Amino acid sequence: MIARAARGLWRAAVPVLVTLAVWQAVVSLSGVPRFILPGPGLVAQSLWDNAALIWQNTLWSASNLGLGLVIGIALGVETALLLALSRRARWLLRPMLVLAQAIPAFALAPVITLWLGYGMPSKIVTIALVTYFPIASALFDRLMSLPAGLSDLSRLSGAGRWRETLLLRLPHAVPGLLSGLRLAAVYGPLAVLIGEWVGASQGLGHLMLMSNGRGQTALMFAALIALSGLSLSLWIAVEALSRWSEKRLSFA
Amino acid sequence: MIAPAIHMAGSLHAGGRCLIEAFDLTLPAGRWSALLGASGVGKTSLLRLIAALPCAARLDGRITAQDNAAIAPRVAMMAQDDQLLPWATARDNVTICARLRGERPQPDRAAALLADVGLAGHETRKPSQLSAGQRQRVALARTLYEDRAIVLLDEPFSALDAMTRHTMQDLAAGLLSGRTVVLITHDPAEAIRLADSAWIVTRTGVDPCPLPPTAPPRAPEAATTLTAQAALLQRMRLHLASEAA
Repeated sequence: MIARAARGLWRAAVPVLVTLAVWQAVVSLSGVPRFILPGPGLVAQSLWDNAALIWQNTLWSASNLGLGLVIGIALGVETALLLALSRRARWLLRPMLVLAQAIPAFALAPVITLWLGYGMPSKIVTIALVTYFPIASALFDRLMSLPAGLSDLSRLSGAGRWRETLLLRLPHAVPGLLSGLRLAAVYGPLAVLIGEWVGASQGLGHLMLMSNGRGQTALMFAALIALSGLSLSLWIAVEALSRWSEKRLSFA
Repeated sequence: MIAPAIHMAGSLHAGGRCLIEAFDLTLPAGRWSALLGASGVGKTSLLRLIAALPCAARLDGRITAQDNAAIAPRVAMMAQDDQLLPWATARDNVTICARLRGERPQPDRAAALLADVGLAGHETRKPSQLSAGQRQRVALARTLYEDRAIVLLDEPFSALDAMTRHTMQDLAAGLLSGRTVVLITHDPAEAIRLADSAWIVTRTGVDPCPLPPTAPPRAPEAATTLTAQAALLQRMRLHLASEAA
């Protein structure tokens, strides 16, 4: 267990070390001015000096991301279940969903900011919107693809739609939910960034814009690193959840 | 539970093509009936029609039970693919049909049936922790848990190795006796071992086959069994040749 974790850490460390080395080499060899590309040492220094500021903005972005994800996931799961349970809902809502999906949710960020202001609500709505569709569609597809044998079994048992959904379709659809979650883990941090770029008073995206405007390139890079850390933690959490539930439900 | 005879007559069509021109078949009450034939001839369609399951083929005719009551609610089915829930334990798989109806599952009865099929102590295993033969045993226990008068078997043992298949055939013959069983198989040996009556399904109809006078399950090594098996194989080959001509 510990040996495996150590191997994983080593495998992750190699690309990071290589990237840092190449970065330092480019800076030293080309002599680029530090306000265009600061070296890794400068960025680390800035990360250290501005730790409190970065931490505070990371917390803000992370809480937006968390709330937005929870709402997006809840709505996505609810929509998928509603569509799976009701033929009428499918008839009414599916074309709307397809149409809505054709509008890139990211492009709505300026409109949402216009309507809801620079604060938390506009960010949460953008994140929820962006994560909602992958969750709803991945879960719905899997809910509707019950293997023929199980469908026969349900019919011969005389099962109602509710129990069939609860006992057969939902457990069968867990991998669909997980692939939706993986997409949400990728889109979610992007939505945070875009929401904050469009207009915000706090957050890592805001910090990047501010430091860029003030020529504090090292701080901008430091904020970028914090944002990557946030995305990576989310991705690791989703990956761990997937492994655990796939093992528990014996899909793997 | 009184197992009824099933009468089916008519013609079977699929995609504008006639699969079986005209047939008239009475599957005797409380007995094993085997339907043999080449793949694609419509054997599985006949089974699905008995169970009132969605089916690509259409029957011009009728399927009735001898007592004229509805058939589908009295049917349990077992297929080649075990159709077990990968996420559920053996016991939960056995009780799934009851749970789907909203009935309270009876874990003790499930455990007793699992013991009957030789899986005592395996109640909490998941399908991935069981062999193909053991999974098929769980499927048999699930079929028994339903306690239906009519049991439809769609090549349930054909994916198993020879020894496991032999054991499963004995087990099924014992545990399903007294029910009206319809067995779809492409294996003449299986039909000869298990069936009280057997038919070869062809494009022109159903051809009844002679079986040894002894009661099933018949010993596979008995001379009468072996002779009947050879004769049945020969008969199936003749049908195949005349269809091709």
